[in-house]
Amino acid sequence: MTDILLITFTITVLFMSIANRIYTYINILIFQGFILFGVAYLSLSEINTLNLILILLETIIFKALAVPLFIKYLIKRNKITREAEPYLPNFISLIIVTLVIVVTIILSSSIDDTYLDKTYFVVALSNLFTGLYLIVSRKKIITHVIGYLVIENGVFILTLAVGNEMPMLVNLGIMLDIFASVLILGIFFNKIGDFIKDPDVNVLRNLKD
Amino acid sequence: MIGIFLIGTLLISTGLFFNKNSAINYALVACYTILLWVLGFYEYNHLNTIELEYFKPDALGILLIFAMCIICIPAFYHSYRYISTHDETPRSRGIFFAALVMLMSACSMAYLSNHIAVTWIFAEITTLSASALIYHHRNIKALEGVWKYVFICAISITFIYIGILFLSLAMKQAGIEDMSFDSIMAHYDLLNLFWLKLAFLFIFTGFTAKIGLIPMYTAGIDAKDKAPAPAGALFSSVLMNMGFVGIYRVYAVVAHTQIQHWASVIIIISAVLSIFVATVYMTRIKNIKRMFAYSSIEHMGIVMLGLAVGGIGVYAAILHIILHTFVKPSLFFQFNQIYRVFQSKNIYDVGHYFKYNKAGAIVILLGFISATAMPPSGLFISEFLIFQSLFEAHYFLILILILILLTMIIWGFGSNIFKLLFTPPLIINESKIPRISPWDSASQYFLLALAVYLAYSPPTIFVELIQNAVKLIQ
Repeated sequence: MTDILLITFTITVLFMSIANRIYTYINILIFQGFILFGVAYLSLSEINTLNLILILLETIIFKALAVPLFIKYLIKRNKITREAEPYLPNFISLIIVTLVIVVTIILSSSIDDTYLDKTYFVVALSNLFTGLYLIVSRKKIITHVIGYLVIENGVFILTLAVGNEMPMLVNLGIMLDIFASVLILGIFFNKIGDFIKDPDVNVLRNLKD
Repeated sequence: MIGIFLIGTLLISTGLFFNKNSAINYALVACYTILLWVLGFYEYNHLNTIELEYFKPDALGILLIFAMCIICIPAFYHSYRYISTHDETPRSRGIFFAALVMLMSACSMAYLSNHIAVTWIFAEITTLSASALIYHHRNIKALEGVWKYVFICAISITFIYIGILFLSLAMKQAGIEDMSFDSIMAHYDLLNLFWLKLAFLFIFTGFTAKIGLIPMYTAGIDAKDKAPAPAGALFSSVLMNMGFVGIYRVYAVVAHTQIQHWASVIIIISAVLSIFVATVYMTRIKNIKRMFAYSSIEHMGIVMLGLAVGGIGVYAAILHIILHTFVKPSLFFQFNQIYRVFQSKNIYDVGHYFKYNKAGAIVILLGFISATAMPPSGLFISEFLIFQSLFEAHYFLILILILILLTMIIWGFGSNIFKLLFTPPLIINESKIPRISPWDSASQYFLLALAVYLAYSPPTIFVELIQNAVKLIQ
């Protein structure tokens, strides 16, 4: 069951690479949040109940609801256009993301470690690199934030792989999620919206040598 | 003591944040300075004793804490000068000092931490407090600087976190549960090398945002440019030292394993590329503050070379980073006065500085000699030792490349500094130039002299502490 969820998770990444509208990205983020909820519930079987509840609440409330809805609110408030505006055509994005997944599969097959479920490793790394790819290949600042959230979801999957032995690391991961998301989204995107009407990275090009 | 320090920091920064009275503001900052010095002496007297489970003051931590204690006094003084010359509201002043206090405390805790996760948490807090400092002016350029800084630092702390996860996988096979540096060091021979390699790669990449190396150095440059100069001085000293501590402690584990050579190659690549990038920008840069920031990138590259090559290089790297902690802030502190005279950061708008502020101009000249490591600069000794270690380790090509790049940096740096000091500016309204008190430059003279003293006639305690810090690696 965990494997099915994880594979679905990887498929969402492929879907994200060809999505045209920002709302599609947000819907995918919501979907990923629900999958993370399922994976966390299934894989963290040895953790104590209170901690498990905290983690599950974080996935469902923070990852699946609060952050995506807040981004939706920001988009409306700042009147950001709905196009994702990639620098490259979607077809090429799809090929690149597929290559990323294939390379991580090849990489993981070279690892000789019985302590790690490799599916987690593949899904986490492919999410990480896709997130980085989304950041560099999209024009809008809000899509950069979404790219960062994709990276965080990937990291969360990796945390779940070691979560049973080291619950402290899962808690740290949650701290990272909340801290970074709140810092990035809450304070500054609000401010950027106040200053610039159609936020696009091109307006942030004044600081240079 | 660390518990008292953390509680004290929280109380003082909350007080600074809400307080509107300037006398109370002074008093709180003075209290914090005393608290920091008390922490330094207390930890020095309790060397290598574990506190609050996660902290252990070792020689490296003590050295950097004392460097911070020394730098904090001029930093606060120049912050007051800065605030008094810019029409600041009590609220913006409160936020500024609260963020300054948080930044210093987070850095000091990261120096003393004996647990990778604790270091990581305090690295996060430095991002938060630094962003408040960068956004101090609340204009569009400050916003751009802070956005880039926060975004890149968010990615960098995610990288460090992934590194920690890989480290936990490396430890899992050995059956180690405790992630403190001591416990990892004690079991280094049991670690899974594949995961350790990945862990080192990610942790190193993550900390490059703080220390200012390729690949994540960019955020720091914008931060130092947009933050007020006293804050920029702290970014290029105590904050960079925090990145150094993070890398040093992880490298100390790696250095005992078979992948030491691999890790040192990674560090050397990053260091050489950083010096190269610094050279490219330093030779064509027109913004004085950014020039100082790129000079820091160059110095961190040199420090990392010393660390990676080993031998006498490790000793020299620690010496270099401490001397750099005194030299670079003195240039940043002096920048405040340059800006008050010329109202510009651009090299085309400045000139004839000797005429307008003699004491300050001599600081700039001495600072230039110090930062380019020309004798009698203190950095000359450490740089010379690093070159010696490169020579002894037979890295001849890298040595020649670095020497050429450093010569180009001296040329670029020098041409801008001499323009600032001696060439008359194109347009200047002399009636508007304020008179700058020579006392504003006193702390810079002290810091530059301290760097020379520590390099040429180091006290025995200082040498012993560095040697103890080196023992972590060798």
